[in-house]
Amino acid sequence: MFVELNNLLNTTPDRAEQGKLTLLCDAKTDGSFLVHHFLSFYLKANCKVCFVALIQSFSHYSIVGQKLGVSLTMARERGQLVFLEGLKSAVDVVFQAQKEPQPLQFLREANAGNLKPLFEFVREALKPVDSGEARWTYPVLLVDDLSVLLSLGMGAVAVLDFIHYCRATVCWELKGNMVVLVHDSGDAEDEENDILLNGLSHQSHLILRAEGLATGFCRDVHGQLRILWRRPSQSTAQRDQSFTYQYKIQDKSVSFFAKGMSPAVL
Amino acid sequence: MAAVATCDSVAGSTGSAVATASKRNVTSFQKRGPRASGTNDSGPRLVSIAGTRPSVRNGQLLVSTGLPALDQLLGGGLAVGTVLLIEEDKYNIYSPLLFKYFLAEGIVNGHTLLVASAKEDPANILQELPAPLLDDKCKKEFDEDVYNHKTPESNIKMKIAWRYQLLPKMEIGPVSSSRFGHYYDASKRMPQELIEASNWHGFFLPEKISSTLKVEPCSLTPGYTKLLQFIQNIIYEEGFDGSNPQKKQRNILRIGIQNLGSPLWGDDICCAENGGNSHSLTKFLYVLRGLLRTSLSACIITMPTHLIQNKAIIARVTNLSDIVVGLESFIGSERETNPLYKDYHGLIHIRQIPRLNNLICDESDVKDLAFKLKRKLFTIEAEVQKGVSTATFLLDGPRKKLFPCLFQLLGVACIPWLMASSSVFKVSNIGESLCYQLSGFFSAYLFHF
Repeated sequence: MFVELNNLLNTTPDRAEQGKLTLLCDAKTDGSFLVHHFLSFYLKANCKVCFVALIQSFSHYSIVGQKLGVSLTMARERGQLVFLEGLKSAVDVVFQAQKEPQPLQFLREANAGNLKPLFEFVREALKPVDSGEARWTYPVLLVDDLSVLLSLGMGAVAVLDFIHYCRATVCWELKGNMVVLVHDSGDAEDEENDILLNGLSHQSHLILRAEGLATGFCRDVHGQLRILWRRPSQSTAQRDQSFTYQYKIQDKSVSFFAKGMSPAVL
Repeated sequence: MAAVATCDSVAGSTGSAVATASKRNVTSFQKRGPRASGTNDSGPRLVSIAGTRPSVRNGQLLVSTGLPALDQLLGGGLAVGTVLLIEEDKYNIYSPLLFKYFLAEGIVNGHTLLVASAKEDPANILQELPAPLLDDKCKKEFDEDVYNHKTPESNIKMKIAWRYQLLPKMEIGPVSSSRFGHYYDASKRMPQELIEASNWHGFFLPEKISSTLKVEPCSLTPGYTKLLQFIQNIIYEEGFDGSNPQKKQRNILRIGIQNLGSPLWGDDICCAENGGNSHSLTKFLYVLRGLLRTSLSACIITMPTHLIQNKAIIARVTNLSDIVVGLESFIGSERETNPLYKDYHGLIHIRQIPRLNNLICDESDVKDLAFKLKRKLFTIEAEVQKGVSTATFLLDGPRKKLFPCLFQLLGVACIPWLMASSSVFKVSNIGESLCYQLSGFFSAYLFHF
């Protein structure tokens, strides 16, 4: 968890809002540092986290998590973290016929199905366990990243349905949070991706958009982060708040500064 | 958690590298024995695999791509378990070279090879690999080469773009004791005995497509399905993923797939914009990445992305690969006659470098890279840029004519003036009013963003 980002978002692990959908999106740069931030943030906030990691392996998140101060292996052992490793699961599904339906069962099917098995997995992982005292504060679903599902043959509508079901269960019924990452393809004319991104932008409460600099690569400023707070349910005359910061990623943290105020330039 | 070994110890004897390397923690590698601890952290293991070295940044195991200059640009080499995607140049002249360098590096290091192609028989591809330059002979010849090449140029000082004289060149000479990354002579063939001594598997699509290899039903095109099954069989049977109890493998599997996505593989993404198989290639890449992440292997794929009709697929393919390098040759384009590029054969674009086990990655600062194929070597150099030099030239002009140009130039390029030396501002023969205007102008520019 990056302390500077917490200050910008005005939250701490103790008093984060509940029932919110946060959309992370990256354009022309790598926004995965935001995923690492939210993963460590919610683990520190003592939440039950279900992490659907479709793009990298467990050890990758674990090693970065240790730099940020959380141990994913410990969290997994004590039941705080339910980790779906997409790569490993895909290999199992494709090469061996499994008896029970797997979360990534759609890889075996020829035409685009739906993501129902994946939703069942999430619901099963986050359902409250009646074991007396409540150990975890609230459930959180993290998905990294949704654009991979489009590459694997799912339609944008199927993915939006999946998010809708998850939101109904996690955000509304269980009063938890959701964080999803979607790549913005920019000028690559990926229509399905644009549908997905626009649909999610209208549903989310907070949008964090990591963009590369318009002027190109810079060693001291790695990109620009746009933060947009929204209130999707209320149709208000209030305007949504939006802030823009530039950032530089370091080994264990990310430093944020106002545009043009990079320490390298001043 | 991952201990990093020093790189000097890699420079040892040829056969078994006497180096300690710690692998990235892949769960299937944990030895199920009394020594295995409960957690995933297993501490540094003494693994000696020839032709690999740990990364300086995060202790990850790296293999060489066969081109030491490219290794340096990629942050030390290709990480084990990752995919290197080469976007082919237009006439497919230089990308097979990179493909062959990768395979030749595997043979020289004693790695197992898996070559897959739909166009050429893998046996023929292996016959055409370049010969490695052995140390004692090659150093003399290389020095000769460099000397002949450099002598006429080094005497010419760069008059206009004097700052760029200080930029380091990208190419490195062969270090005589290095065992990571070798140099190859593109004009000679690899000796037959080296090829025969190596362990390699070939996948030639026309032969395999009619075979009755048992294949699980999957929604990929048949060619991709068979290839995936083949790769998975090799990985399992030869023990590269550690799950086979009979086989204890301590070697790297180098996988090379040529022209993936071309119509020869049965895929129609190069023919039609919205074909029936538009997800085949991306699914294949995803499952392949899953196989690689849990095994001791590294993969190179060449893909004719310039032929893919649907640009969205190229973006998805880039997101699903780890390292993406694009080649752009000058043959047939207007750049062939451009005097700026007369020494080079094409441009090389490093489009993506992965951030593995880390928040940051080793990106090179220089983004404009060009390659040329010399008689024996494939070199990559940074281009000298022409655009900025005009501003520095004006600084040396006569003082009288300086100020009218100054105001025009400020509108054009602010940055060079911020770096200008302070002598420009000490003009004593100008009236007060102009001085005031000047300072006001500058302060506006300096603080306005």
